Amino acid sequence: MRTMRMRLAAAVLAVCGAVAWAAGDAHAVVEIDITRGNVQPLPIAVPAFTGGGRDQDLAADIASVVASDLQRSGLFAPVDPATFSQARVGPDEIPRFADWRVVGAQALVAGGIGRAADGRLQVDFRLWDVLAGEQITGQQFFTRPDNWRRVAHLVADAIYERLTGEKGYFDSRVVFVEESGAKDQRVKRLAIMDYDGANVQYLTNGDDLVLTPRFNPSSQEITYMSYAGETPRVHLLNIETGRQQLIRDFPGMTFAPRFSPDGRRVIMSLQQDANANIFTLDLQSGQAARLTDTAAINTAPSYSPDGQRVVFESDRGGSQQLYVMGADGSNPQRITFARGSYSTPVWSPRGDLIAFTRRHEGKFAIGVIRPDGSGERILTEGFHNEGPTWSPNGRVIMFFRETRGPNGGPELWTIDLATRSEFKVPLPAFGSDPAWSPLNR
Amino acid sequence: MLQLPIRQIVRAAGILALMTLAACSRTTSDDSIALTSGIRGGQAIAGSSQDFVVNVGDRVFFETDSAELTAQARSTLDRQAQWLNQYPNFAITMEGHADERGTREYNIALGARRATAARDYLMARGVTANRINTISFGKERPVAVCNDISCWSQNRRAVTLLGSSG
Repeated sequence: MRTMRMRLAAAVLAVCGAVAWAAGDAHAVVEIDITRGNVQPLPIAVPAFTGGGRDQDLAADIASVVASDLQRSGLFAPVDPATFSQARVGPDEIPRFADWRVVGAQALVAGGIGRAADGRLQVDFRLWDVLAGEQITGQQFFTRPDNWRRVAHLVADAIYERLTGEKGYFDSRVVFVEESGAKDQRVKRLAIMDYDGANVQYLTNGDDLVLTPRFNPSSQEITYMSYAGETPRVHLLNIETGRQQLIRDFPGMTFAPRFSPDGRRVIMSLQQDANANIFTLDLQSGQAARLTDTAAINTAPSYSPDGQRVVFESDRGGSQQLYVMGADGSNPQRITFARGSYSTPVWSPRGDLIAFTRRHEGKFAIGVIRPDGSGERILTEGFHNEGPTWSPNGRVIMFFRETRGPNGGPELWTIDLATRSEFKVPLPAFGSDPAWSPLNR
Repeated sequence: MLQLPIRQIVRAAGILALMTLAACSRTTSDDSIALTSGIRGGQAIAGSSQDFVVNVGDRVFFETDSAELTAQARSTLDRQAQWLNQYPNFAITMEGHADERGTREYNIALGARRATAARDYLMARGVTANRINTISFGKERPVAVCNDISCWSQNRRAVTLLGSSG
């Protein structure tokens, strides 16, 4: 069985060159990841799960969420169910592999749902290697029935992990700004959703203009900028209680907040007259520390995952460029030198790359660059792309893309680094400023 | 020619309104027409906020990525300073704005830079600091929503809002 698993994994590797099989090899693979052009996703069949009576629809819905997750990763190509000769394959039957080979599937997900004695939903699935006719993995989950989407994401995570050697990211959430109303009268609310746009919940009511929410990596808390009160300032919001609080009464506008990786500090910009400089605030002691002190706009700071360095944007050299400095503000080094201006840097949770927005010749692009300034790659470019955020595994970037015109507005998109497949996140309204939860739930 | 500032538009409209008034004898209904179109420029009471908006000009415009005051901006701010010195009971909020062709955080800082430049100019012309509050809205409050230069140039602005008098 191990050889099958290896072979199937190798198939993904061979066509993608994107995914590290050996865990220790991550860095080298990332370089392949973003320099290889044409990547073929792995064909996988995800027929409706089996489920008796009232659970039939739910069983189909779970399979479609699994297929959608896998497709959105860019590494898998779900086979069209219309071609299936068998509509459902239960977890306890041996699939007719020849039939699945005919439709071009290399892997098959066979699942079923049922009810435990206490009413909980039971979900079983097996992942099959269609070519070898052997099982690769199988798992069982129990949950509340209304939690079915989350189980579907966990199934997809298990498949993704098993076939790529990378941690999955489907069981994750994104906080963002939901936008409604005319372009010159926008109402903005903080909202939270599953990464795929499902289960949108509002965290603020739209009374105050709110911007740039970001997760605390270690608690159910976000930091954001709010125009509540006379001066716009950085606030904290507890997702579970809904409690909002001003972070501290700095002498001026504070903005562009992010947590440190340990969640103990918030790093942000403080505006004083014409200049913005970067400060940290220790949330326990209330002590502030200054990291930059230049007559410039220094903003959008983001920590490296080890907390040792900070990337930020500054126009100290005349135009907006990215700089990396020590977490104490020491030794700032410019890392972007190509044409155009660079902004909104975000350090990957893997530590290997920094994502950014680049503005050049009237176009807005999302790209990545190594922290030493090498290996810059533009992932997508167009009228207006802005504000990247990383999936928890550092393989996918979400950002917002503005559509043109008086009725245009921002929509959330994902793009994966290996295949550059883009997917729009389906939302009921406009959305901007996405920030992916650093952790799976 | 795409950059006709709002003040000039308003003034031109104000002149039209006056012409309409002159051409008609029934001033009451004409007055209501003028009201609904928001134009009473020619009749604004000296020292009123209408007077400030229409006859002085409440906003100045900036070049892309710049907080430098243009000659036109300085001349508007000269009139603003003169007016504010004449009517010292008004406090003001100086709003800084950016167009949508920049990224969120930078634009917030850029708006603050523009508000600061306009504020400093007024202060240099004798308006005292304690009368002026500044705020930046970045690219969050566009007044023109099309996707070309004519709109973006109207959005790169600093707006002087008159606050409570006294």
